[in-house]
Amino acid sequence: MSEQDILNPKHMPHDPEKATLEGKNKFMGFWFFLGGETVLFASLFGTYLALNDSTNGGSSSEELFGLELVFIMTMLLLTSSLTSVYAMYHMKNHAFKKMQIWLGITVALGLGFLGCEIYEFYHYIHGEHFTMRSSAFGSAFYTLVGFHGGHVVFGLLWIIALMIRNARRGLNLYNAPKFYLASLYWHFIDVVWVFIFTVVYLMGVL
Amino acid sequence: MSTMVATNKKGLGATLWDYLTTVDHKKIAIMYLIAGGFFFIIGGLEALAIRWQLVQPMNDFVSSGFYNELITMHGTTMIFLAAMPLIFAFMNAVVPLQIGARDVAFPFLNSLGFWLFLFGGIMLNVGWFTGGAADAGWTAYAPLSTTSIGEGVDYYVLGLQISGAGTLIGGINFLVTIVNMRAPGMTYMRMPLFTWTAFVASALILFAFPALTVGLFLMMFDRLFGAGFFDPAMGGNSVIWQHLFWIFGHPEVYILALPGFGIFSEIISTFSKKRLFGYTAMVFATVLIGFLGFMVWAHHMFTVGMGPAANSIFAVATMAIAVPTGIKIFNWLFTLWGGSIQINTPMLWALGFIPTFTLGGMTGVMVAAASADFQYHDTYFVVAHFHYVIVGGVVFALFAGTHYWWPKMFGTVLDDKLGKLTFWLFFIGFHLTFFIQHFLGLMGMPRRYWVYMENQGLDLGNMISTIGAFLMGLGTIVLLINIIKTSVKNEKVSGDPWDARTLEWAIPSPPPFYNFKQLPLVRGLDPLWVEKTEGRKGMTPAEPLTDIHMPNNSFLPFVMSLGLFIAGFGFIYQKHDLSWLIVLFIGMGITLGCMLVRSVKDDLGYHVHKEDLKKEAEE
Ligand code: HEM
Ligand SMILES: [Cu+2]
Repeated sequence: MSEQDILNPKHMPHDPEKATLEGKNKFMGFWFFLGGETVLFASLFGTYLALNDSTNGGSSSEELFGLELVFIMTMLLLTSSLTSVYAMYHMKNHAFKKMQIWLGITVALGLGFLGCEIYEFYHYIHGEHFTMRSSAFGSAFYTLVGFHGGHVVFGLLWIIALMIRNARRGLNLYNAPKFYLASLYWHFIDVVWVFIFTVVYLMGVL
Repeated sequence: MSTMVATNKKGLGATLWDYLTTVDHKKIAIMYLIAGGFFFIIGGLEALAIRWQLVQPMNDFVSSGFYNELITMHGTTMIFLAAMPLIFAFMNAVVPLQIGARDVAFPFLNSLGFWLFLFGGIMLNVGWFTGGAADAGWTAYAPLSTTSIGEGVDYYVLGLQISGAGTLIGGINFLVTIVNMRAPGMTYMRMPLFTWTAFVASALILFAFPALTVGLFLMMFDRLFGAGFFDPAMGGNSVIWQHLFWIFGHPEVYILALPGFGIFSEIISTFSKKRLFGYTAMVFATVLIGFLGFMVWAHHMFTVGMGPAANSIFAVATMAIAVPTGIKIFNWLFTLWGGSIQINTPMLWALGFIPTFTLGGMTGVMVAAASADFQYHDTYFVVAHFHYVIVGGVVFALFAGTHYWWPKMFGTVLDDKLGKLTFWLFFIGFHLTFFIQHFLGLMGMPRRYWVYMENQGLDLGNMISTIGAFLMGLGTIVLLINIIKTSVKNEKVSGDPWDARTLEWAIPSPPPFYNFKQLPLVRGLDPLWVEKTEGRKGMTPAEPLTDIHMPNNSFLPFVMSLGLFIAGFGFIYQKHDLSWLIVLFIGMGITLGCMLVRSVKDDLGYHVHKEDLKKEAEE
């Protein structure tokens, strides 16, 4: 396929993200990458489960966590996953403007989530004096949830960069895989959060 | 953009720039070979220093602290900076050719993986110059590692983190390459065994390395940011490190060993002039070993106190691996059986490998018996075991592969006489060094002690062991001489000097940068051999001559890795002085900035035009 066919395709196929060999490679490589990420988070969860009672006399999960804020955060992130699905739906129909709008909503929801998380950490650190150095539980909590938060930050920066970069030129066979992977990444982050919500917060207060 | 013949006459600066920016898997292979070879020599010198310290009782060649640094850096260097990259060298040089591809799936990431490995490797060794390298063993058990003073262990953590990221990227790259880039007709069950083992090893990398990544992060947080994962005083638990390390660590030994098996499968089949016996069983055994490799990590922790139930389960699972391994041994023997065997250097290594590795497997089953392992654990018996499998299975394979694929990589054949000399020196030296260590271990000599006392029955054994080590050093020197001699003589060979069977031998040595002018049509296992038996000289093309798409070179991978390297110093030294955080931010800024550039700048590669290809053919 020539450069022109990729950057200015005369005809957009239904799966623009997998229309080129490069797109196919990226698609598959990213799934493999997510497999590795799964092991990464599994290791972090395992560590957390081993240490979540090791409060060293400090704050415990029952004392710290409340479900209200976490519920809002969960709703924000779950909804953002849905909106990114809408975005991909429009991508497959080659409706670039609509895709950008839904991606924009996804980013807004993600930022909302991030704001809540920052507030939560700030509250624990300054209100409860619960830090990474308080206890092994503290270390495990901030590492697991922080790793997820770091993924959220990266995902947001990624989506924003793609939106700005392609704002003017629209969709083509070169950037479609990029959008698609970013949305896959976003779903993965969401799935991890579901586990964090269950293992860290629900099991933590019950 | 199609500069075809320009590669020949270039100045030193241009060549250097070419390698710094290359995304060509063949050049990346050469860089892996050189860098891995360099670290192999460093690790070897460390080994010789260890053996020289142990040559006689109560020796004082090195201090106890320095000894700890030597054993730590020897193990770490050999596994992560020598064996891994050398395996990657051959995977890069050979796998795309064996499946009939023009490059790997992600050439840019391929180069990034290499530079991450190299900068990580340098980082690991910086400790030597800043007051002491890592000294907590290559396994870095907490609390030894978390309480080790100085920055040595910090360099270990950061260095492995950076090079580990490179390895992970490499693993993903080969998985996708093998799934998506095979030539027409190259079905899974026609893939050469080396490609199969590279495939399974890559899958192991993908699922094993993240556990190490997490372990290293936790250790970094403990050492540098005051966390308490492994610190009982904060409620932490040091056994978590051991689990994470070995969940990575046991698969790691198979990440190394499986491609080694692959190399020997190619060599034994080629020089027996027979297709590999039991190909299907070999593939099956490879996959099974890869799978079981994840089930056995706790056999390194029998004495930690997991209880009899856990110990038994892990003991049985461990012993089960001996079954697929045995299948492989017999298949190699049956391939030899009745073949018209040609004994040259690569074949000698293969023949030496079979009994050596079998011995290592047998001691493996011995140490896998959990109750008996209470005796063996942390003695020289274990040292003997793992050197029999790693040197016998991996290092032998790397030597064999070097002699076997040298013509494909460089277009010249290494001298066979010198090659055989290398083999005999190394082979005899190896068994002198390590066979006796079984008995030293059984007599109670613990590993990692810097001295032993006189007249406890250990003197002679240690002396012999040290002599053997120097013979191995000699063998390696002969290889270096061989390389220099061969390169100076520079006698070019044909594309197929061994009368071999697989696709890489169907194209010139060294191959043109686009590998295959026309993608080949694969019509069976050992595709080149299939064509030869039907009287054809080369492969039948699967496509007409068309333009070839090639990726652009890029300097970004180098800079990205450099950024992480710089950031590493910031991470380490901010523990003394927070102003080092600036260095951290600068380094991370460089890396993230490069990632952004990579994301927003279009990079579609270029085309080699078919007119140029035709012209080249006429020249
Ligand atoms: C039949 C197959 C094998 C079995 C049953 C086996 C079993 C074991 C066991 C039980 C141990 C722990 C001994 C102890 O620390 O007390 C061990 C150590 C080790 N094995 Fe194996 N092994 C096998 C093959 C391999 C292979 C193929 C490799 C590498 C290519 C390997 C590399 C190692 C290493 C590096 C250690 C020691 C790590 C350390 O403590 O520093 N093994 N093996
Ligand atoms: Cu093991």
